[in-house]
Amino acid sequence: MLMTGAKILMECLLEQEVDTIFGYPGGTILNVYDELYNYGDKIRHYLTAHEQGAAHAADGYARSTGKVGVCFATSGPGCTNLTTGIATAYMDSSPIVFITCNVNEGLLGKDAFQEVDITGITMPITKCNYMVRDVKKLADIVREAFAIARSGRPGPVLIDIVKNVTAEKTEFTPLPRDEHAMHGKLGALIRRASHDLKTPEPDIGDVERLVDMIRDSKKPLLVCGGGVVRSRAHKEFLALAERMDTPVAITVMGGGGFCGRNPLTTGIIGMHGSQASNMACDACDLLVAVGCRFSDRVALDPPTFAKQAKIVQIDIDRAEINKNVEVDHHIIGDAKRVLQLINERLEQQNHEAWKDYVFSFKTEVEYDSGHEHTMTPKQISDTIAKTCPQDTIVATDVGQHQMWVIQHFHYDYPGQLLTSGGFGTMGFGLGAAIGAKVGNPEKTVIHITGDGCFRMNCHELCTEEFYKLPIITIIYNNQTLGMVRQWQTLIYNGHYSQTTLERGPDFVKLAEAYGLGGKRVCTVDELEAALKEALASDHGYVIDCAIEMDEMVRPMVPVGEKITKFLVV
Amino acid sequence: MDQIRRQSLSVLVDNESGVLSQVSRMFSRKGYNIESLAVGTTDNPAVSRITIEVMANDQQTNLLCNQLRKLLPVHSVKLLDLEKSIRRELILLKVHTASNDACNRAIQIANIFRASIIDVSTTTLTIAVIGDARKTEAIIDLVKEFGVLELVRTGMVALERGADTIYEATKEKGEFDYGKNVL
Ligand SMILES: Cc1ncc(C[n+]2csc(CCOP(=O)(O)OP(=O)(O)O)c2C)c(N)n1
Repeated sequence: MLMTGAKILMECLLEQEVDTIFGYPGGTILNVYDELYNYGDKIRHYLTAHEQGAAHAADGYARSTGKVGVCFATSGPGCTNLTTGIATAYMDSSPIVFITCNVNEGLLGKDAFQEVDITGITMPITKCNYMVRDVKKLADIVREAFAIARSGRPGPVLIDIVKNVTAEKTEFTPLPRDEHAMHGKLGALIRRASHDLKTPEPDIGDVERLVDMIRDSKKPLLVCGGGVVRSRAHKEFLALAERMDTPVAITVMGGGGFCGRNPLTTGIIGMHGSQASNMACDACDLLVAVGCRFSDRVALDPPTFAKQAKIVQIDIDRAEINKNVEVDHHIIGDAKRVLQLINERLEQQNHEAWKDYVFSFKTEVEYDSGHEHTMTPKQISDTIAKTCPQDTIVATDVGQHQMWVIQHFHYDYPGQLLTSGGFGTMGFGLGAAIGAKVGNPEKTVIHITGDGCFRMNCHELCTEEFYKLPIITIIYNNQTLGMVRQWQTLIYNGHYSQTTLERGPDFVKLAEAYGLGGKRVCTVDELEAALKEALASDHGYVIDCAIEMDEMVRPMVPVGEKITKFLVV
Repeated sequence: MDQIRRQSLSVLVDNESGVLSQVSRMFSRKGYNIESLAVGTTDNPAVSRITIEVMANDQQTNLLCNQLRKLLPVHSVKLLDLEKSIRRELILLKVHTASNDACNRAIQIANIFRASIIDVSTTTLTIAVIGDARKTEAIIDLVKEFGVLELVRTGMVALERGADTIYEATKEKGEFDYGKNVL
């Protein structure tokens, strides 16, 4: 059938079973929005306050549902506003297709109004990107973009379409999704691969070698990374942990990959890792990391990292092997499949003495709760856990509150914790929470933020209210950019340069201005009451929690130091 | 191991716009200046081969190769063993020949290097020479006395000696392809 580019785009989105888009219109993408108008019964579009919010929402949607998120923006400032969101998704391997439009073909390269080279700008922060200048190529490119975003190591893909292509017409032939891979560049990718991609299997020899290493190990440690979450391999990971009878350390990105309540877990590993995790890392004789790239927040000092251990990396991305830490063995494959293959071969192990040693160290820190008008981070997490359903989704911003809620709240399944681990994007949380609530309307969604981060993107409260997405925002209000202040305290002689936030707005009034409920709370009882009120309301709710300004994230190992060299415990 | 030395990489890529900047970006990201770059299509017009030379240590170069191998338009990357490879580049040199004598001597030098004279004017001579770095540097050095007006080079192209090619299917290549699976 003869169709315009804009209509072809809609049809291609339907092929991918897309029913949700986050975005923001503008001049060059008008043809697409005009066509979207006709598809309103099949595709729901969420208009955010800012493109960055739309990008984070698509990201939160993707991370929490496991589907590919979709985000629209116009040329120029529209698409440059996306870039922080794209980079955030890229660093955490979140599958999103961004669709932007550019100026007419004839105006390209003339510094036309709102022209920007967005494919050039986003080259380092996308898995791949496209500029579409020929309407005949549009359908194949959209199909390719979705396949690439979701396959292998997932990630963001951007398609920039010149405006005239959205108006030009060509013949469109629908194609079922399982046939896409046979066409266009996807077909070429498959044909040139060195082995049969239809049934890609991890190397069995590599798997067997790891099984032998596990049998030989007296003091193994399993590390659950973000790859377990992306691959939704939590069941297989749990089976392996139990079979190996081993302590499990979890990275920030691995939250939800292994049940935080399981007695085998030592908690977070790395800069703010628990004593048990970091001591186990230092003492183990075998470290098996699944879907973890040993970033500088985990392997703070690569030469001393797990130096007594044989290190094994399981990853889908071959370029991660030996990138940050030299490993003794690796297996390339989808975590789920690799773990299945290991579980099929490994018999029950037993490591009582080793576990006793590891769990003689603390898995969580304790706080001084003697303050009358403030709560401790753990009291807040515990109250949330006690009051909200167990499967509550938690979206965080970046800073101390992020670390606290990752340390003290227990995540049971992939997609329950949404956090910007790789890029550390302040302002990620609210957008992500919106995307998560859209994708999981039946679940409670909590947005954990700091008073600094919340200011960055709190305008998305209007999106929350307009679409009736009752999200609960909890501000850990310490009147400071706490994480930066912590470094200033510990490393910069207490010079609190530009980190004190004794300023407005009144967050409760702000919430009310957007039509949401709000409460300022100072005690656990007040927090519990506010949470109950929030859970019962059909509107969003902002709870402004008072905490101490000098509360620290503990333990902490400084940048570049050996993992057991705690600066504070 | 950690010594900075010349590294020569052959990269097989889709012949498409943007791929070259994607590849070269990897080098600038690490702060490496590209010493030499040559690009052209292979016997298959849909595939280009890029030869890149940089000064870097072995470990960094391996990391870089892996980052390149992971890119979707990159088919394969081979780090060449300089001892076991043939490297050649073409240089065009326009030299100033003020006198007949200078002209004759320049022609003599060109002959010794089996270079060819491809253009003459009353005051200039343009020489084309193909060779490895040693040869091209030597002739450049010798004609300096006349005054080099312009110099242009293609950049090194390189192939391994013997039967080995960039197309071999190694286990490592299979591992990178696994990650590019799109089904
Ligand atoms: C966009 C952005 N700008 C700056 C930073 C650096 N940064 C990291 S944490 C932090 C402080 C966050 O303060 P707040 O939201 O109050 O959270 P707290 O640490 O107090 O819990 C800053 C400024 C960042 N991560 N992202």
